[in-house]
Amino acid sequence: MAARTSGDVVTATGVRRTFGDAVVLDGVDLTIGAGEVVALLGGSGSGKTTLLRILAGLDPDATGDWRVSGSLAVVFQEHRLLPWKRVADNVALGVTGPDLRRRTGAALAEVGLAGRERAWPAELSGGQSQRVAVARALIREPDLLLLDEPFGALDALSRLRMQALFGRLRAQHGFAALLVTHDVDEALLLADRTLVLDGGRVVDDAPVPLSHPRAPDDPGFGPLRRRLLDRLGVPARS
Amino acid sequence: MTTVATRPPATAEKAPGKASRTARRRRWRRLTTPVALFALWEISSRTGVLPEEKLSPPSQVLRTGWRLAADGTLATHLLDSLTRAGAGLLIGVSLALILGSVAGLLRIGDDLVDPTVQMARMLPHLALVPLLIIWVGIGESLKITLVSLGVFFPMYFNIYAGIRDIDERLVEAARTCGLNALARIRHVILPGALPSLFLGLRLATGAAWLSLVVGETVATQSGIGFLMMEAREFSQTDVVLVGLFIYALLGLLSDQILRIAERRALTWRRGLRAT
Repeated sequence: MAARTSGDVVTATGVRRTFGDAVVLDGVDLTIGAGEVVALLGGSGSGKTTLLRILAGLDPDATGDWRVSGSLAVVFQEHRLLPWKRVADNVALGVTGPDLRRRTGAALAEVGLAGRERAWPAELSGGQSQRVAVARALIREPDLLLLDEPFGALDALSRLRMQALFGRLRAQHGFAALLVTHDVDEALLLADRTLVLDGGRVVDDAPVPLSHPRAPDDPGFGPLRRRLLDRLGVPARS
Repeated sequence: MTTVATRPPATAEKAPGKASRTARRRRWRRLTTPVALFALWEISSRTGVLPEEKLSPPSQVLRTGWRLAADGTLATHLLDSLTRAGAGLLIGVSLALILGSVAGLLRIGDDLVDPTVQMARMLPHLALVPLLIIWVGIGESLKITLVSLGVFFPMYFNIYAGIRDIDERLVEAARTCGLNALARIRHVILPGALPSLFLGLRLATGAAWLSLVVGETVATQSGIGFLMMEAREFSQTDVVLVGLFIYALLGLLSDQILRIAERRALTWRRGLRAT
């Protein structure tokens, strides 16, 4: 293994993944710096989720070189909470160390669910469950957060709240993140850099030169948006 | 999952007084038919429509039951029956747990174990009695083997299905939380399979009583089945009926106990049912 390079949390080169004859990832190169939020865009079936799963260590059949340095946590599109564990036990799943109860409480408070430790996942709404999933990731104090369309299954209002929450948490904790999304606005709101995946390769890599906090009606947002949509093969109007 | 036990959530919250009164009235109404049947049975016996040697009246059955209980006969036979059922359950459930887990958790176990068990399931285990007599004789081991066999299959299939039905995505999430294989079994697979395990246990207990009934009719010197077979020789229909009711009671009791244990162990499902 090579020595850790200049604080990058993810370095990947030539990542390939095929399912039978279908080549989903055809040599993807990717680096994510410490504390950098990278949005990964692409049409459905472009391999976004596959790439995320490879980095999460959930795909043993991929080839190529990649390494993730530091700790890692994943938030999936569905909350994936264990229904037989109370919220606190879900958050603390696999975490050891002193002061666990306080840390669990703190993580829940950060996502706006203070005091819900004893609730069962079935008693929560979709948005609340996804908040718990975020708390479960936060308590691990990850260097890298992998998010697979984390707000995609939420209603529009919850999604806006979760995006704002993500912005706050990121400012506070300074984790790096790979955000898989199909929502161009979301990518531009949250990310420092956007990648577009097409035909199994990264075809576009562009910084988002906007200052935080951002809003979709900021000047400069529109052109970036149009450009990204163009890259994604969507005729840009609106 | 087909859980027979789940009743629709009670709508008692809005008007507790009224709702519980309706529920009480319905409970009484449900009792009407069985009570009427018993009354009809008693009257038919008293008036001689049902001859005593074919079917004793319920009052006579009660009296005989009381007599057998009072002189200790019932207790001795019941204890023997319970011992057989307990031993058979223990063996059958343990075997099913081991093989079911191996087949459910490991691919090689699935290939080596499951097809064979699926084939063996086609043999009605009660039809194995002649063969079993040759193999293990007609003593206690025959009864226990029969019960174990009856218990094994429902238990095995439910454990296997319970493990197989676990949402793979939850296992993945647990992996990203840093849980190793053993911890994943403990925190994800075992609790996830628990509802099926309970269902299997309830079916298995039913099968245990059934196997016991058959086992105890073969060359036995004790047990509820023996009591009934002996009574048959003398046309004591009251004793036969006492045995029958004991078997029914055993089935009912064991099922109730398991239901309570299930409710305790699966508190998290209450929330699921409410939503």
